[in-house]
Amino acid sequence: MDQTRIRNFSIIAHIDHGKSTLADRILQATDTVSAREMRDQLLDTMDLERERGITIKAQAVRVAWKGHQLNLIDTPGHVDFTYEVSRSLQACEGALLVVDAAQGTEAQTLANAYLAIENDLEILPVVNKIDLPQANPDAAAAEVADLVGEDAARVLRISAKTGEGVGDVLDAVVERVPPPAGDPDAPARALIFDSTYDQYRGVLAFVRVVDGSFRTREPLRAMAQGTRFEAEELGFFSPTMRASATLAAGEVGYVVTGLKDVSKLRVGDTLTSERRPAAEPLPGYKDVKPMVFAGLFPTDSDDYPELRDALERLKLNDAALFYEPETSQALGFGFRCGFLGLLHMEIVRERLEREFDLDLLVTAPNVAYRVTAKTAEEVEVHNPAEMPREFERVEEPYVKASIIVPKEYVGAVMELNNDRRGRFEGMEYLSEERVHLTYELPLAEIVLDYYDQLKSRTRGYASFDYDLAGFREGELVRVDVLVAGEPVDALSLIMHRDGAYARGKALVERLKEEIPRQFFDVPIQAAIGSRVIARETVKARRKDVLAKCYGGDISRKRKLLEKQKEGKKRMKQVGSVEVPQEAFLAVLNLNDGARR
Amino acid sequence: MSGGVRHLYVHLPFCAARCGYCDFVTLVGREGEHEPYVEALLAELALERSSLDRELDTIFLGGGTPTYTAPRALERLLAALPPAREVTVEANPETVTPRLAALLRRAGVTRVSLGVQSFQPHLLHALERRADAAAVRTAFHALRDAGFDNISLDLIYGVPGQSASDLAHDLDDAIALAPEHLSCYELESKPGTRFAHAHGDELARQAEAMEGYFEQVVETLTHAGYRWYETANFCRGGVAAGGRDLRSRHNLAYWLGRDYLGLGIGAVSTVGGVRWRNAPKLAAYVAAARAGRVPPREVEPLDDDVRRRERLLLGLRLDEPLPLHGVESALDAGALARLERLGLAERRGSGLTLTRRGRFLGGGVTAELIA
Repeated sequence: MDQTRIRNFSIIAHIDHGKSTLADRILQATDTVSAREMRDQLLDTMDLERERGITIKAQAVRVAWKGHQLNLIDTPGHVDFTYEVSRSLQACEGALLVVDAAQGTEAQTLANAYLAIENDLEILPVVNKIDLPQANPDAAAAEVADLVGEDAARVLRISAKTGEGVGDVLDAVVERVPPPAGDPDAPARALIFDSTYDQYRGVLAFVRVVDGSFRTREPLRAMAQGTRFEAEELGFFSPTMRASATLAAGEVGYVVTGLKDVSKLRVGDTLTSERRPAAEPLPGYKDVKPMVFAGLFPTDSDDYPELRDALERLKLNDAALFYEPETSQALGFGFRCGFLGLLHMEIVRERLEREFDLDLLVTAPNVAYRVTAKTAEEVEVHNPAEMPREFERVEEPYVKASIIVPKEYVGAVMELNNDRRGRFEGMEYLSEERVHLTYELPLAEIVLDYYDQLKSRTRGYASFDYDLAGFREGELVRVDVLVAGEPVDALSLIMHRDGAYARGKALVERLKEEIPRQFFDVPIQAAIGSRVIARETVKARRKDVLAKCYGGDISRKRKLLEKQKEGKKRMKQVGSVEVPQEAFLAVLNLNDGARR
Repeated sequence: MSGGVRHLYVHLPFCAARCGYCDFVTLVGREGEHEPYVEALLAELALERSSLDRELDTIFLGGGTPTYTAPRALERLLAALPPAREVTVEANPETVTPRLAALLRRAGVTRVSLGVQSFQPHLLHALERRADAAAVRTAFHALRDAGFDNISLDLIYGVPGQSASDLAHDLDDAIALAPEHLSCYELESKPGTRFAHAHGDELARQAEAMEGYFEQVVETLTHAGYRWYETANFCRGGVAAGGRDLRSRHNLAYWLGRDYLGLGIGAVSTVGGVRWRNAPKLAAYVAAARAGRVPPREVEPLDDDVRRRERLLLGLRLDEPLPLHGVESALDAGALARLERLGLAERRGSGLTLTRRGRFLGGGVTAELIA
């Protein structure tokens, strides 16, 4: 198609502001699906192509509107996938910024809007849900217009639910979003903005062709990674897969690669033709690194092979997932996994439990640390137990956090952020009622229960988003927990010096409750290096006898002791001390939940 | 032809009332059934006679409350049992009259074990016991007057509401009677019993305060000249014993792993590597006896490994070393070394014994020692 008749755009919105509903209406308004085929949130269903035996979620749908080809490109909805979001936006020339008429601008609205601005997109502000009784379209329109520097009169007002205004949105896309600007005669270049794995067809890349054109069966190369493969099939979704002989400059579609490993084709990389390769890849590729780490252990150690297989399979579909075997004296065999962020971790955990039916134990997450040893050697530490006890300096990841709250909760949020070592950056009024706060916070301070705390301190009104902002040196220490003088690997943690004493105290107190009394006194200590910062003692048992034992109950007493012996065998041995696995779990739970 | 079993247990399940903490096989009242039950006991004895030695070493009548059994039936039973060197009868204080004492004596009973439990009204109340301290003393003196020179008292400690000084008073009151033998049990509140339901929470609260009671019992009684010869049992020793061995011979047979025959409902026998337990049902028991059949039983074969483990768990309850010959394979050598290092167990010659502290932790120590 003539490039001037192509429009590539995304819909960006805070969660629940109506992105999926609007996408559905667009499919209907353009007759891409008939009313009969229409199901709610069609683009969000994983089983779109079930009848063809493959399950691929469309990341981009092609629709026709008044003689134009419109490609609607989906974006992952969360900050953990900022890099992916920004690659998706890079594939577009415009974005619909959807805001709920009752809620107004929220943290993800801002984050997404800033990303769209960074990518030089034409932003079309849309106020949705104008049919709601509590809607305040004027206020919402003023807020969003102010945010993107647009005239409030140009803000589109729609109801995706009823379909009101959807045609106007499509007209505006045609009028206001610029057509693609690539060179159709230059060597071919396409941006990979997403990829997925299908068990029958291998890795499927979603691409935006920038220059030149691609043909089926053509040998291709991913420029950054150097991966070579043949384009087994080209095509687009509308909304189901439609094969096409070529994909030309400006167009959006898919490439079936036949590759068996999704990590061979990374989002952000540039595809080019082997026969006439481009000299330079498209800008902006970076290798995303996991920032949040946690140990995943099967609750039943017999499930270890299943967990390994499940992670292998998830990894096929999730290039950002990282894992390596981990052995913990307390929890047995498992994996240390790395995630882009908390949501990513939750998604992986949920998929493992739901799709693979695994019962998992997830240790408290920690972040990646950059540690400079005394020898000036720099290492990245993903597990507190690997942290050298002596080091020159440690750096930890920081985030730039964006929080939007009604003004009466500003104090509560500031207090929380101060507790979490936050550095105030700015505050602005979005309206008379709502305030936008920006902070720099250590990622470690938000990976545990920050979001829950924020919600509870603001009665659920706060919205929150963050973006990684690099590493900074911190006054960090490694806290070890020792049971009868032996360090317990699973309980080591890295934290800021200021909180170490209170945390160490809470840990040993909790562990004291959980460790059964032994034949001897068991000291439980928290220590930074060789300095003990908290200590408790599990006092030795004074009596442990079976009161009576005569002819009538020998069998029962014997079975009792045999059971007791079996129980001892299941205990974890920390030095000379027997500790039930539940004790470690309880303490790890402390990390998980109310830790302050 | 006669077998080699020299120890006989006879279960008399009847009681005037059931105490809340009790989990033995007991039946309240049922006076009309005492005689038929005794006949059934004798019928079971006749069926098992061949496994008994010509001469018995010990007989033990336990319950229930054996002395609650209708006197005629009790007399008939005692008269029909074979003679033995030690014949013990369990008794509740309120059932012991001078007449009953005389009846027992006449019938050849050599030893009476009196279920005292406590001398303090509030503790007896918590235990739902009927006798008071005065009744205990009256019963004790009636037994002495009838000529009994081997009387044992049962005490229970760890009762809801019991303070350390309550326990001291109970021990003092018991010692003042100068019994030959004492059994002191920590109260076991078995989950599911009426007692656990009523007192479980309170007992859990008191657990820490009561931790030292076992030590207090052992210290007080050994200080008063009693020998702590088994985890929960004490007997007079030395000069006060007048050269007699006042340990319970019958119970010693259990702890030394000897065979024994048990008669009656719920009674357990261990003979030649097989253990069986009579079903705890009166009607079925009596019916079987009338038909000349053995009563319904649960049979448990004991292999050599099990027997060795039992030798360990029973033998280590005693103050004398357990000869290790023949039981080594049941021992966890690593655990033994560890427990020796901790000063809880020690090898003496070819025997194994627990230290004083090891005996206070005997249950856990034994569990660890079992391979």
